[in-house]
Amino acid sequence: MGSYAMHRTAAAVATLAAASVIIFFFIHAIPGDPLYVLLGDSATPDQVDALRTRLGLDQPIVFQYFQWLANVARGDLGTSIFFQAPVTRVIRDGAETSILLASITMIWITLIGVPVGVIAAMRHGSWLDQCLSGVAMLLASIPTFWVGLYLILIFAAWLGWLPSSGYPSIFEQGGLTNLRYLLLPSLALAAPNAALILRLTRASMLDVAREDYIRTARAKGIRPMRVILRHILRNALLAVVSAFGFTFAALISEAVVTETVFALPGIGQLVVQSILRRDYPVIQGIILVTVVLYLAVNLLVDLSYRLLDPRVELS
Amino acid sequence: MIAATRSFLVPFIRRPVAAAGLGILVCMTAAAILAPILAPYDPSKIEPISRLLPPNAAHWFGTDQFGRDILSRVIYGARLALLIGVGVVSFALITGVPAGVLSALYPRFGRVMMRLIDVLMSFPALLLALGLIVILGRGVSNAILAIGVVYLTTTSRITYGLTLRLRTETYVEAANSMGAGALWTIRKHVLPNLVSPLLVQASFVFAFAQLSAASLDFLGLGAPPEIPSWGNMLAEGRIFITRAPWLLFFPGFAIAITAFSLNLVGDALRDRLDPRFRNMLNGNRR
Repeated sequence: MGSYAMHRTAAAVATLAAASVIIFFFIHAIPGDPLYVLLGDSATPDQVDALRTRLGLDQPIVFQYFQWLANVARGDLGTSIFFQAPVTRVIRDGAETSILLASITMIWITLIGVPVGVIAAMRHGSWLDQCLSGVAMLLASIPTFWVGLYLILIFAAWLGWLPSSGYPSIFEQGGLTNLRYLLLPSLALAAPNAALILRLTRASMLDVAREDYIRTARAKGIRPMRVILRHILRNALLAVVSAFGFTFAALISEAVVTETVFALPGIGQLVVQSILRRDYPVIQGIILVTVVLYLAVNLLVDLSYRLLDPRVELS
Repeated sequence: MIAATRSFLVPFIRRPVAAAGLGILVCMTAAAILAPILAPYDPSKIEPISRLLPPNAAHWFGTDQFGRDILSRVIYGARLALLIGVGVVSFALITGVPAGVLSALYPRFGRVMMRLIDVLMSFPALLLALGLIVILGRGVSNAILAIGVVYLTTTSRITYGLTLRLRTETYVEAANSMGAGALWTIRKHVLPNLVSPLLVQASFVFAFAQLSAASLDFLGLGAPPEIPSWGNMLAEGRIFITRAPWLLFFPGFAIAITAFSLNLVGDALRDRLDPRFRNMLNGNRR
């Protein structure tokens, strides 16, 4: 286990190092002088010269990269052009919304995807199974933002049960009841991903059900429900756990659009607005933070998978 | 050729739902090609008197905030959907397949190449596409390129896995032991066996490309606003949703039904594949 964990961590760090080079050069790849990119088009030549010396942009590019890396290591991701504030603070302000949105969505995905997948697998081949699988594939094909827009129309505009947009912090007035603002967005975000987990749970249950040890368990006379829950489901969930890294990445991608639809003050909406505002340091910071998070989640998934299933070999 | 066509159609004969999916795709392609004949109105013609009309006899799908006919715009939208799909799939195959095959045949090149793919895959799909759009600028060809890069990664990795597996097949080993060169092996044994799995991959990539392109359009970072794409229609009609709910229904439905049909077709084709290859095709992402 120890060497496996070390090996995996080293691979993740190596990938991150390579990704950091791409992310660093991102600002340099944008057409135009990176200094005007950083200061905005309205900058005066004096400002540009001052910044050039301050940032060390007159230094060799490799040196600049390590300088940037050192800053990042100290938690300095640069300054937002639009907010005139540190990028770390701008990102931190959006973090609460995005983390809560992702967490609630993950709860939906697990609560809906796994049990319904189990039911579909238990009734394998039946009318119910075909309906559930069909609905799942349909949900996986619908754009998240389209679902979101109609959820707003039905539950906010017509029925008036839930707020249509925005999200006040749970630390402000209203406390935990503010979470109702995240109910519709999390449902929209959960729909395609719960559908994928459903299909995966179902397929994986059917795979495990064909194993010899399941036949043995049945032959021993263990009650069918117990075989399904203790023998099949427990093993089938391994595949589902390994899909969570993948689901996390899908959540990040779709949260960008969902937060825009529901006007949530999260990181997803921040990245879209920063693109429109040409606030490049913020875009760069968000990409860096997400890549680090994504690699960390994948590493955790890999390691926990190994803990759950010791048969996994180093590959 | 006839045998190949027949073996392609077999999974659809046994599965009516998949056949329906294939039918919808054929209709969509026809709509894209015949748009000027099929569309009852000019998709860009502004008619202020007939703003935000609900579906009626003259405008089957209603009209938008500028009085433009939604049916005509949805039909013309199929053109861009097809263009994006074909563009992204071609890009992913043209770059991903050689990268995957060469990586599997030349391990030293492969180690570097697959590391690079790993690095690209450490960026969530839409974020990678958005980053590229920031560098390249907005536009249809740039959207194709940005989404294409996302699926180049999965396509090359799948091709790599398939080729590695094919290399251990007895007949490939036999050919090698008889002194077959690398190029001959690729042409005679690897590429023909890659066709079916890559067809499955292509249909999934086509489906994901639809959703990614719609997201880019919706965020205002895809096709220019004057082009009637389904994503643009959703982005523009968004603020009118309470006054004119039908405005968003048809373009969204067009995206969903296209992606759904492609997924059905992809699934039907996948179930016909050699079981050893089947599970290797699950690596796509949104």
